[in-house]
Amino acid sequence: MGKSRTLNLGTGTFVLLGFAALFFLTTQTTSRGLPFMSPPHYDLTAKFDNVGDLKVGSPVSMSGVEIGRVTKIDFDQSDYKAVVVLRVNAKYNQIPTDSDASIYTQGLLGGKFIGLTAGGADTYLKDKDQIDFTQSAFVLESMIGQLLANFTKSKADAADATPAPAPAPTDSKAAGKPKAAEKAK
Amino acid sequence: MNQASPIVEIRNLDYAVSNRPIFVGLDIEIQRGLITAVMGPSGTGKTTLLRLITGQVQADSGSIEVAGENLRALSRAKLYVLRRRMGMLFQNGALLTDLSVFENVAFPLREHTNLSERLIRQLVLTKLQAVGLRGAAEMMPAELSGGMSRRVALARAIVMDPELLIYDEPFVGLDPISLGVILRLIRRLNDTLGITSIVVSHDVKEISSVADQVFLLSGGKVVAHGTPSELKSYPSETVKQFVGGLADGPVPFHFPAPDYFGELLSRSGDL
Amino acid sequence: MNALRELWQSLTDSLEKLGAVIQFLLRLIANSPRALMRFDLISQQIFNCGALSLVIIMLSGVFVGMVLGLQGYDLLQRFGSEEALGEAAAIGLVKELGPVVTALLFAGRAGTALASELGLMRATDQISAMEMMAVDPIQRVVVPRFLGGVIAMPLLAAVFSVIGIFGAQLVGVQFKGVDAGSFWSQMRASVTLADVNMGIVKSLVFGVACSLIAVYQGYYATPTAEGVGRATTYTVVTSAVVILFLDYLITAAFL
Repeated sequence: MGKSRTLNLGTGTFVLLGFAALFFLTTQTTSRGLPFMSPPHYDLTAKFDNVGDLKVGSPVSMSGVEIGRVTKIDFDQSDYKAVVVLRVNAKYNQIPTDSDASIYTQGLLGGKFIGLTAGGADTYLKDKDQIDFTQSAFVLESMIGQLLANFTKSKADAADATPAPAPAPTDSKAAGKPKAAEKAK
Repeated sequence: MNQASPIVEIRNLDYAVSNRPIFVGLDIEIQRGLITAVMGPSGTGKTTLLRLITGQVQADSGSIEVAGENLRALSRAKLYVLRRRMGMLFQNGALLTDLSVFENVAFPLREHTNLSERLIRQLVLTKLQAVGLRGAAEMMPAELSGGMSRRVALARAIVMDPELLIYDEPFVGLDPISLGVILRLIRRLNDTLGITSIVVSHDVKEISSVADQVFLLSGGKVVAHGTPSELKSYPSETVKQFVGGLADGPVPFHFPAPDYFGELLSRSGDL
Repeated sequence: MNALRELWQSLTDSLEKLGAVIQFLLRLIANSPRALMRFDLISQQIFNCGALSLVIIMLSGVFVGMVLGLQGYDLLQRFGSEEALGEAAAIGLVKELGPVVTALLFAGRAGTALASELGLMRATDQISAMEMMAVDPIQRVVVPRFLGGVIAMPLLAAVFSVIGIFGAQLVGVQFKGVDAGSFWSQMRASVTLADVNMGIVKSLVFGVACSLIAVYQGYYATPTAEGVGRATTYTVVTSAVVILFLDYLITAAFL
């Protein structure tokens, strides 16, 4: 009878150890953390023309400090924009409602993340609010295409000896800036 | 002698392994209530016969009926049910090495019945007492001698009160005392439990002292059949050689070889 | 011409063997639900395959982790990225080294134990005795061992990976001076649940493969002393090749 006791004890210990190891691997080595231990949070949405290769789980930061994560990336067929859900740590609850969200690249060729820049409003974003001012991801190909287009155009214009008109801005960057400048008043 | 139908009826059995015929047109009837011995030189397929009777292998043609059931017609489940009415003692005991003596004997009870612990304990101890090993109940198979493990295996074989007990070479490698014990047990169990026993062996002297009927197999057929004393005076060279333990006879002493002197001379001739 | 015929023969033989093994696997799976009711048998086998392999797994995990730490540090510091050591060690262990090395060690320790146990039972007529007692040896003896191995493998691989990570940390942080905070934070930032899942899937698949090969070889071993010995050697060799082959398949499928 003593033999089966040590046996059961041994098996139990082993299985416990194994599951503890699995638990450790899933929670301590990944950024997942423990779902039931994640700090209180609230969700914000933002619409972008182009999210590039922003992924679910990409960080959301403000002034370089991580304040949350991207939890969902969806596509709205009514206005053909990407809808991104940002989960923000509840203690950062003083983000002005006119702040803008831009998609940046980590380092030179790293992954994408969302950076929030504070606006000047007196009211703050709450759970389920939408961030209205967004700036899409920097897409390398279109920038190169634009550059080339400018380059050939300026060459052609220089050849024609007429001043080259400034190329019309194609993304919401320029459109966003004047709006922000207006609101900042 | 029991007037009821034979417990095992083998008719016209053919069985071959990789094109080598083992049995050709074999006919055997095993009567109920008796100890029947199956003897023969090594390699005649005595163990194979047991496997045919227990349904572990299938015959090529012919029929085998055990306790009225045609083995060929049985499904796997029904075969298992039939096997519960048989007990088999293997040559080396075949005890489960990770279980104690007690647990080994209790094994069939635990697997097939729902008896209470108390009842199982009583049954197991009774059977162990019958083979004289009740005191060894807590030992492990590795600690037992050959004779003792065979006795435990015997206790295990009878724990479900079978109708048929089959012994596969039970005397191999035993010292005279253990031999005497096993012989005594075979006879006593057969008589007190009212069962039928089939003993496969080639120990003529030993088995003749307990067997009621003997079948002598050779060359895939039954060459002699009768009581042990009838066999001693059987008018056949094959039987005489086997029973008498003669070195030469129908089974030759010399393995087939070329001429002796010829071979010796050619060797020295090569020098 | 003869060589060609021999090649064809060995090819068809291997295919036949593969078919037999797969059939055996299906038979084991079919018998699993009933065997699960005898959980005491399975639990004993989990002890047999898992708990008894713990020591060798942990020892190997420490050393593999430490070597990983050494080599990783040496490579990364050439690019000034020593801080990424945690990430490198974790990914290497969780996705590859953990499942594969554990499986190979498992095949050597537990696989041979399973094969030789079953082979010995076969050689001493215990399997026949069970059949004679109308007990299905597959259910009573084979399936518990198979399930014990399958359950033990992922747990062992997880323990290996965890110990390995700490081994790498020991070398990187304590010996080489990598910042402990960066070690863990960079790891957390880049190791995803998908990586861990791939590791778990691999170790499960390896567990099935190794246990299957071991119990098959043991159950169908020639009932002699050499037969059992052959069965054990064959188990280790076949398991190793199959593990590495499956490793490629799974890695390719996931990436």
